[in-house]
Amino acid sequence: MYETTYHRPSSIDEAAALFAKGKDAKYLAGGHTLIPVMKQRLAGPSDVIDLGKIKDLVGVEVSADAVTIKAATTHYDVAGSGPVQKAIPALAHLASLIGDPAVRYRGTIGGSIANNDPAADYPAAVLALGATIKTNKRSIAADDFFKGLFATALQGGEIITAVSFRIPAKAGYAKFPHPASRFALTGVFVARTKSGDVRVAATGASSSGVMRVPAIEAALKANWSPGALDGVRIAADGLLTDIQGSSAYRANLIKVMAQRAVEHAG
Amino acid sequence: MSTVKLTVNGKTVSADVEDRTLLVHLLRDHLNLTGTHIGCDTSQCGACIVHIDGRAVKSCTVLVGQANDANVTTIEGIAKGDELHPMQAAFRDNHGLQCGYCTPGMIMSAIDIVHRYGGKLDEATVRHELEGNICRCTGYHNIVKSVLDAAGRMKVAQAAE
Repeated sequence: MYETTYHRPSSIDEAAALFAKGKDAKYLAGGHTLIPVMKQRLAGPSDVIDLGKIKDLVGVEVSADAVTIKAATTHYDVAGSGPVQKAIPALAHLASLIGDPAVRYRGTIGGSIANNDPAADYPAAVLALGATIKTNKRSIAADDFFKGLFATALQGGEIITAVSFRIPAKAGYAKFPHPASRFALTGVFVARTKSGDVRVAATGASSSGVMRVPAIEAALKANWSPGALDGVRIAADGLLTDIQGSSAYRANLIKVMAQRAVEHAG
Repeated sequence: MSTVKLTVNGKTVSADVEDRTLLVHLLRDHLNLTGTHIGCDTSQCGACIVHIDGRAVKSCTVLVGQANDANVTTIEGIAKGDELHPMQAAFRDNHGLQCGYCTPGMIMSAIDIVHRYGGKLDEATVRHELEGNICRCTGYHNIVKSVLDAAGRMKVAQAAE
């Protein structure tokens, strides 16, 4: 790891000021992506600004129509939150599938979304539920947030403060995990809004990151059941091929994971 | 360089270290607590697991600054003098190890699992919860047996307190 200077601000404003002062600063939340990348010397930030101890960034709020998760809330705390389990069980379930127990104690929703790893779980929920990403500067709709591999609409120094999810009528998440890392070889989040609209997002499958799946959305809008997807064919164009699986394999996984997600939707 | 101050196994310690120092290196190289191992160094194998404020985490993926002011427990801190922690005793009695390299991390994870599940542990749950701890010798069978055995012993120990 290259040399760096660690900072632990106690407020969002202090964190933003430290970022502006640093030559090549990076924010740290749980650190379970940034630290491994720093150890490989793929990143060498001059300053590391720890957001994990800022009290305003931790906690869950549930209202009649939305679940708001503050950015530095860990996967463990989301997975175990009674109010989240009740309002959007699929979201708590998704958090319980990330990494392993030790990783879930440290990793955060804000860190996951800001990093936008193409095989991360949370982006699928954010996109399928049409969530709103709140930052220290503005609110960004999920449809405008994800910009391809590891790229987002965030500007330099901008801090995610919370993610707000509208409570759906039904939602489910299923993933086929990589056997060692538990990242999604393919994961699919399905959601039906209270007005009957259907949104489906797949992670881990595309070479340009999380994506909507219009063919599955149309089929589920007509008939919300696993069987409705039997005849759906997903094109392999633009999907990833790597040592774990071909693009055709992932195309089929999108369908199968969507069926499992609908089957277990709550 | 920064001065970090934290509690390790009940004792307050402080050290002047580079900010890029990982918690596992502070423990092993500065405090000579070499029971915590480094296996994969990529947050996957779990050999480096310690408790930070009661939660089992991978100390190879924590900067010392993040552990400043925290309460850290390592494998060296769980026995009471010569009396092994019930989890250590169960690993010994059930032969829950072969080479022993992953064992400190296994034990620290397993204690956390028992704390979270209490008496509601079954074999499937133990196997699932140990997914962040990799053992390349045992096939896990005796590790799972050890954890289930220890869950009972820890309940008895707790009731006695």
